[in-house]
Amino acid sequence: MDFIENYKIPLGNWISDFVDFLNDHAAWFFNFISDVLGFLIEGLIDVLQAVPGLLLIALIGAFAYWLHRSIWLVVGIVLSLLLIVNIGYWEETIETLALVIFATATCMIVGVPVGIAAAHRPWLYTAIRPVLDLMQTIPTFVYLIPTLILFGLGVVPGLISTVIFAIPAPIRLTYLGISSVPKNLYEAGESFGATKSQLLWKVELPHALPTIMAGLTQCIMLSLSMVVIAALVGADGLGKPVVRALNTVNIARGFEAGLAIVIVAILLDRICKQRGLNQKER
Amino acid sequence: MTGSGMKVVDFQNVDIIFGKDPQKALTLLDQGAERDEILAKTDNVIGVAGASLTIEEGEICVLMGLSGSGKSTLLRAVNGLNKVTRGKILVRDTDNLVDVASCDARTLRHLRMNRVAMVFQQFALLPWRTVAENVGLGLELRGMDKAERAAIVEEKLELVGLSQWKDKFAHELSGGMQQRVGLARAFATDADILLMDEPFSALDPLIRDHLQDELLELQQRLKKTIIFVSHDLDEALKLGTHIAIMEGGRIVQYGAPEHIVLEPANEYVAEFVAHMNPLNVLRGGSLMTPLEQLKREDDEVLLDRAGRVRVKLNGSGSPESVSLDGYLGRLTPYEPGMDIAALPSTALITAPCDMSMRVAIELRQATGQPVALVEDGKLVGVCGDEEIYAGILRQSSVADKAPETGL
Repeated sequence: MDFIENYKIPLGNWISDFVDFLNDHAAWFFNFISDVLGFLIEGLIDVLQAVPGLLLIALIGAFAYWLHRSIWLVVGIVLSLLLIVNIGYWEETIETLALVIFATATCMIVGVPVGIAAAHRPWLYTAIRPVLDLMQTIPTFVYLIPTLILFGLGVVPGLISTVIFAIPAPIRLTYLGISSVPKNLYEAGESFGATKSQLLWKVELPHALPTIMAGLTQCIMLSLSMVVIAALVGADGLGKPVVRALNTVNIARGFEAGLAIVIVAILLDRICKQRGLNQKER
Repeated sequence: MTGSGMKVVDFQNVDIIFGKDPQKALTLLDQGAERDEILAKTDNVIGVAGASLTIEEGEICVLMGLSGSGKSTLLRAVNGLNKVTRGKILVRDTDNLVDVASCDARTLRHLRMNRVAMVFQQFALLPWRTVAENVGLGLELRGMDKAERAAIVEEKLELVGLSQWKDKFAHELSGGMQQRVGLARAFATDADILLMDEPFSALDPLIRDHLQDELLELQQRLKKTIIFVSHDLDEALKLGTHIAIMEGGRIVQYGAPEHIVLEPANEYVAEFVAHMNPLNVLRGGSLMTPLEQLKREDDEVLLDRAGRVRVKLNGSGSPESVSLDGYLGRLTPYEPGMDIAALPSTALITAPCDMSMRVAIELRQATGQPVALVEDGKLVGVCGDEEIYAGILRQSSVADKAPETGL
């Protein structure tokens, strides 16, 4: 036993050295990414905040109505957003929304093509599956530290961590949707002379769409669940008051901010939930 | 209805092998190894072996056999859904024949878009598309614009009688209607060659019968070249101008429906035939006793052994008058749709040689007389009790030979 303990394999040191190496030699690269992402997300927040609050609430309500044609949903959405304004977390809600939208967009833009590629190439899926498992199981705080070092304090390391945490969902679900296309539908396309890209756009993606949308919903929820953790590395939003309330043992504040997060989560879930799944499904 | 003599699809020694090492399997195959042996030794499955078949324009060629006999595999090779391991499949593209087995991807795509269309067993309609969008699929893949497409789709839906359903989703339709959509989709590209992979097997017997009739009726007008896969001999006999029977990846017999029924090449075919209904397949011409074998007395031909029915022929060999038991009978030409039950017993029916056995029996039963068969107005033979019994017995003698397998 002593023998084994005496010769410790310096796993942690290797990783640490690697991160230091990256920080020393590729800092310009990470700074660049940090600046670009920071600029984009700040821009999104500024745009959202430039719109008067009530107008934005009305727009969100209208959007929900356009998607779901349900007046009760709209009433619920407007009332709960007004409640957030009332308890004074509107600004933070906007920041959180921006972070979630940005993270989700990134995940989908990267995740869907990766999922498609994996569905077409079995070896690729075999290769990325352990990576996806790792991304989903490794505790968030563990990769929060290196991202903090590489990208500096602020919203960017929060965003990167959120993406790492949430991206396996759209990848897996896109893979599932594409690889479950029935063979005869694929052959129907082929037999009428479809090219590879026509098969993708006219057969595979339409068939996988409900599954990909489920991936989108999951991705949004996972991103939202990272809000508090992102706040630890300095991302603005509803996470910050929660962290602050924790540090000052402020029950009232913690509860209010937590409630706002729950409201945002429910709203996003209801808005994203697919309409008429029952009429589309057989 | 036979082909015009123009080759449209020509299978030349086609082998299709599924597995990792087809070359090894081919070597064994050439040494005469059987399917099971090759599977055990090389882990390759013989889909089709040594299939040669020529299909002419306007034919309906039915590939028929039990499941696993390679019939679908062979069909799907025509549009490249299955790869040919060795051999050629020539498909007519206007003036030249293209080998599907060796052509490049562009040529194959051209054939699939313009020359060969397919109808699937499980319909294979895209469930997120409406009926009209499904029918327009082939045209859309071709890059045709929406307006042009809509006109053609409308026309093809009219053809299969589904115009008022065009905005429904495929799954809102019954099975029979869904397969009509499948047919319309195949017709939409105006491909001359239609591949039909057990298209009616998933349907109720009654609907299946309807669709078979519809297909035959459409074929009268459209004159496509159809390769049809079926495991049902009655269907094959009803639709096929030619039938190829497949067993274990090989074509064991190829010929006209009557040829298959009357001269089964081996026990496997005989067993199929034993279970089919001969009434619609056998024709007067193959049942009859020909004129040369009939007794003559003076200028009269005796249509039965006892000499009750005597026909007088004129100089060119056409029946002129008939005497029944010494009384004068009436020569009555058979017309499809005539009221057979109302025929008097003094009538002697003259019918064309392609009259079905069912009609012969009906006529015989109604008039009590044999049926005289004529071709171009001339008497060529007779079909009476003995000929009808012989026709049925030829069936049962075949069935007797077939081994008892409990199928």
